[in-house]
Amino acid sequence: MTVLRLVGISHHSAPVELRERVAFDHGQSAAVARQLAEGAGEVVCLSTCNRTELYLAGDDGAAAEALAAAVLEPAGAALYRLHDEAAALHLFRVAAGLDSMVPGEGEILGQVRAAFEAGAPGPFLDRLFRQALHAGRRARTQTAIGESPASVSSAAAALAEQVFGDLSGRTILLVGAGKVSDLAARNLLSRGARISFVANRSADRAEQLARLLGAEPLPLERIATELERADVVVASTSAPGFVLGRDDVAQALRGRRGRPLLFVDLAVPRDLDPAIGELEGCYLYDIDDLEAVVVETLAGRRREAERAEGIVAEEAERFRAWQASLDVVPAIASLRARAEEIRTAELRKAEGRLERLSEAERSAVESITSQIVNKLLHLPTVRMKQAAAAADGVLYADAVRHLFGLGEDDR
Amino acid sequence: MAELLFWPVLLAYGEAAVAYFGETRRPGLPGRLATWGVRVGWLVQTALLGFQAARADGFPWATWAGSLNLFVWLVVGAYLIWGCRPRFRLLGLAVAPVAVTLLVVARIGGGTGISGRSHYSNLFLALHVGLVLAAFAGFTLSAALAALYLWQERRLKRRAAGILRLRAPSLATLDSLVARTVAVSLPTLTLGILVGLLRLRSSGGGFDAVIAVTLAAWVVYGGFLILRFGAGWRGRRAAYLVLAGFALVALVRVGLPVSHFS
Repeated sequence: MTVLRLVGISHHSAPVELRERVAFDHGQSAAVARQLAEGAGEVVCLSTCNRTELYLAGDDGAAAEALAAAVLEPAGAALYRLHDEAAALHLFRVAAGLDSMVPGEGEILGQVRAAFEAGAPGPFLDRLFRQALHAGRRARTQTAIGESPASVSSAAAALAEQVFGDLSGRTILLVGAGKVSDLAARNLLSRGARISFVANRSADRAEQLARLLGAEPLPLERIATELERADVVVASTSAPGFVLGRDDVAQALRGRRGRPLLFVDLAVPRDLDPAIGELEGCYLYDIDDLEAVVVETLAGRRREAERAEGIVAEEAERFRAWQASLDVVPAIASLRARAEEIRTAELRKAEGRLERLSEAERSAVESITSQIVNKLLHLPTVRMKQAAAAADGVLYADAVRHLFGLGEDDR
Repeated sequence: MAELLFWPVLLAYGEAAVAYFGETRRPGLPGRLATWGVRVGWLVQTALLGFQAARADGFPWATWAGSLNLFVWLVVGAYLIWGCRPRFRLLGLAVAPVAVTLLVVARIGGGTGISGRSHYSNLFLALHVGLVLAAFAGFTLSAALAALYLWQERRLKRRAAGILRLRAPSLATLDSLVARTVAVSLPTLTLGILVGLLRLRSSGGGFDAVIAVTLAAWVVYGGFLILRFGAGWRGRRAAYLVLAGFALVALVRVGLPVSHFS
């Protein structure tokens, strides 16, 4: 009987210093899976920045677990081990993003798929991972767990959508060319916005980031003049005072014909005069406002996570039923083989009498006898699978073997 | 017998109103239940109006209460064009309670049953009442959109932490929908008024308060379109102007006595 084993380490059980000792890139994960598969049967290695987990399926659980523990030995006592149903449920929760640092984060589903494709799965892990991916997709489509932004920069992009709707074609002005600006820009770009200008005190940095984003570099002094064309201004310089004041914005508003303008101030100390938010059609969010939005949406994610847990439990139960049905598969196969054997033997015996029939009539006899066998065996097959799901499968399988005299070889 | 359909309509819209409120507390299932409530209610109301039209001898909704019933059907029908989209569910918070209230008012104010034979021609009633009511339904919807705009704008201005938890349509979308709804409704009202004025000219009769306030509403909405598309008026000012126009529409629709067709 195939058993499932999971040996791993994650952000729940170990700090990054420990996790990085057993972190594998895509190629290494594939190599580890292939190497372990030689001794353990079926193996998939899932390695992300938050976890490294080895999923193994085979006949000898203890041996597989020992092999996996040897590979992850540098993680020491932080390793956890899960068996069968608990291991399957864990993978389903991982795929649904329920075990992630930020509940519902979307990247993990792709990472599970990549690990599965690069691993060495057989029929068992193939079924397990396909169902885990299905559970992950269901959790995302049937709940709002992945909808809310989980970082300050993605919250800024989501706020821009609240003001402008579709961001395609919207003009973004980045003030500051550091890492924070880059991150905010990428979030906006992923939602269809266009980064038009990058303004920075250092012209080199501005040019570098502008080239990367396909934007126009600007000196800081020209921000006010370009405000008339911008829809979103993201500021994140390290300037000690405001780089944009209320009067600069008020002047630019005259030429905007009432078009709204969103200001996102990611800098500490702040780059944008708070009084800008008082102007009609101007919406200003600083870092504290954005953090409050993220905290609130994360609370929403946690509420949705409860619903996603229900979906995951449902999928885990379906997998358990499938796994249990494996117990009766050999008995069902033997029963069907025996029935087919009897059918062909009886037809052979009647060969003399069937000789006179035409080809079409002989084929009709073949078809009718096959149908009789199939119909007779259909209900017992279904009932045995149901019994297996209810944990009585082995009893039923033994009863069938006894009643139909199926040989010991079939076991 | 067909009048019994009034009760399931009221029940469905009532359920939707409550569920829309629930949606603001916990988005998700209540919103879906509300959308289905509106859909079912509107379909049953369509059946009710269909029975009335088949049974009537002439234009069936010339009474104040009957026309209110038709008006509710038009408003909810217009809402259903966008209302089923998850982002626009919050609009139902304005539409469903209004529908319930107006239906109750119609019931109290004479029932939603059909009118007797009027001395006005069926064609005139169908054109005049139909066009004016369709325009008013559009203005009601634009007012609901404008109210939603002001609410969303206030949340953005106040930097509400829950802004992404309970998502409304974007400001740009609401602003554009308000303008488009008024742009469609105003020509419809113009046609309805012209039909009424032609009838007034051919058969005599004087101006009454309803005509005066309707013309005032026409001026306000006309002004809105000129300012919106000519002078680039957007945002809060435009939304307040639409609400001012709607106050006049509400006065014509509900506030004035039923003397216009007498």
